[in-house]
Amino acid sequence: MAVYSTNEFRAGLKVMLDNDPCAIIENEFVKPGKGQAFNRVKIRNLKTGRVIERTFKSGESLDGADVVDVEMQFLYNDGEFRHFMVQDTFEQYQADPKIVGDAALWLKDQDFCFVTLWNDAPLAVTPGNFVELEIVETDPGVRGDTSGGGGKPAKLVTGAVVRVPLFVQTGEVIKVDTRTGEYISRVKE
Amino acid sequence: MQQDWQPSCSLELLRLRAELLHDIRRFFHGRSVLEVETPLLGDCTGTDPQLAFFSTEFCRTPLQQRLFLQTSPEFAMKRLLAAGSGSIYQICKAFRNGESGRFHNPEFTLLEWYRVGFTLPQLMDEIEALFAGLFNGYGLQAARRMSYQAVFQQHTGLDPLQFCHQDYCAYAVANGLPEAVGLCTDNHLLWLDFIFSHKVQPLLGDNALCMVYGYPACQSSLARISADNPDTVDRLELFINGIELGNGFYELTDADEQDRRFTKEIQVRQEQSLAPVFKDQRLLAALAAGLPDCSGIAIGLDRLLMVLGHAKAISETLSFSIDRA
Repeated sequence: MAVYSTNEFRAGLKVMLDNDPCAIIENEFVKPGKGQAFNRVKIRNLKTGRVIERTFKSGESLDGADVVDVEMQFLYNDGEFRHFMVQDTFEQYQADPKIVGDAALWLKDQDFCFVTLWNDAPLAVTPGNFVELEIVETDPGVRGDTSGGGGKPAKLVTGAVVRVPLFVQTGEVIKVDTRTGEYISRVKE
Repeated sequence: MQQDWQPSCSLELLRLRAELLHDIRRFFHGRSVLEVETPLLGDCTGTDPQLAFFSTEFCRTPLQQRLFLQTSPEFAMKRLLAAGSGSIYQICKAFRNGESGRFHNPEFTLLEWYRVGFTLPQLMDEIEALFAGLFNGYGLQAARRMSYQAVFQQHTGLDPLQFCHQDYCAYAVANGLPEAVGLCTDNHLLWLDFIFSHKVQPLLGDNALCMVYGYPACQSSLARISADNPDTVDRLELFINGIELGNGFYELTDADEQDRRFTKEIQVRQEQSLAPVFKDQRLLAALAAGLPDCSGIAIGLDRLLMVLGHAKAISETLSFSIDRA
């Protein structure tokens, strides 16, 4: 694996820090006119999701981490593991709930998502930015109310609960932004 | 179509720069300080282990000579002073390899000036007068002068002049910088750079010019040892809104002491396997011939423009920053 020096640290670069795979978020060069140069680096631990700040002496280096995001299809949940497949190669991966995390609330069978692989093993799962899911439970709305104000909770087929406008009914399919958990629109079947 | 042909700065900043240069020249003209030019390309360069240089080959058949792009015009300007120029100033480019970031561009513009017969407090008076003019209408608060020891103690509770390894480590761990312990080990100078740039500098000069003087002797660079405290040197740094703007000295005039500092820095460069450099013998000869007592300071004009133009990054003040130069 490649070794990266502080001046190669760019947003998105994957490196090993304290034995965990991490992604660089920000790298600030700090140098007094007369004095030691440092790099103040913001890093996300890809295992825990935690963001930390760490200072390096300029010129220090870190090992690269073999981390890639691969688009996969979510196949099924066997109760213990969720199974994913790479569309082109039919290669399959399984991930336990700890790794899938909240993404599980947005994933229905056959949907596409991104699986982050570290040394070819799943590290994290990210749903697509937008998903289309059916509402399985919501209070009946007032007929004729088409305003966006107010809203009510609606439970989706995957278990997620989002706020929807009053006119949206059980059984309808809606489009949701998974990054914010916000309702976008109804989807006409 | 390539989009990066366009300038990094706005046309407004371009005009602000022109105005700044005009105001500076008028200020020094009014005080009879002589504007000079010195070579950007020279036979020697500074020995400071913290500064990396650019070098190039001068093809002078049948010889090839290695020349350095200057990291600062300091040595050449001191030779002019020793030759009897009197007080001088210069606005020029300086080059430092490997320096690139929000506050750094490897090629940048310096205002450097030397005042014959001035002590550091007198130079501070002049800096205040210059900034008052440049920041006219900006609403800058009154300038403050503080000793390095006082600001360091105020913001960290640590004494920068007395190195207590245990206290420094405890401070770093308690303040979210545990990596400092392994990084700085028992190197007092490194600890000072680390803590100052992380925990002190960002708080200096809140919408005001902050002048910090009396640096620890281990950070002497080209300054004289203070007459009233041998643990400190007559070195000065300027900050506004946490941005380091300038560095000045009551200049070292002792050729032997300069020679010793060169030797020490060259030795450090060897220990750290840095590119070798030689002592600037012409500077040493000029000091031996006699440099008048003087104070001098260099101010980064691009960073000054960052403050004046409310820019977030140095690239916003440059016609073309290094990524599109």
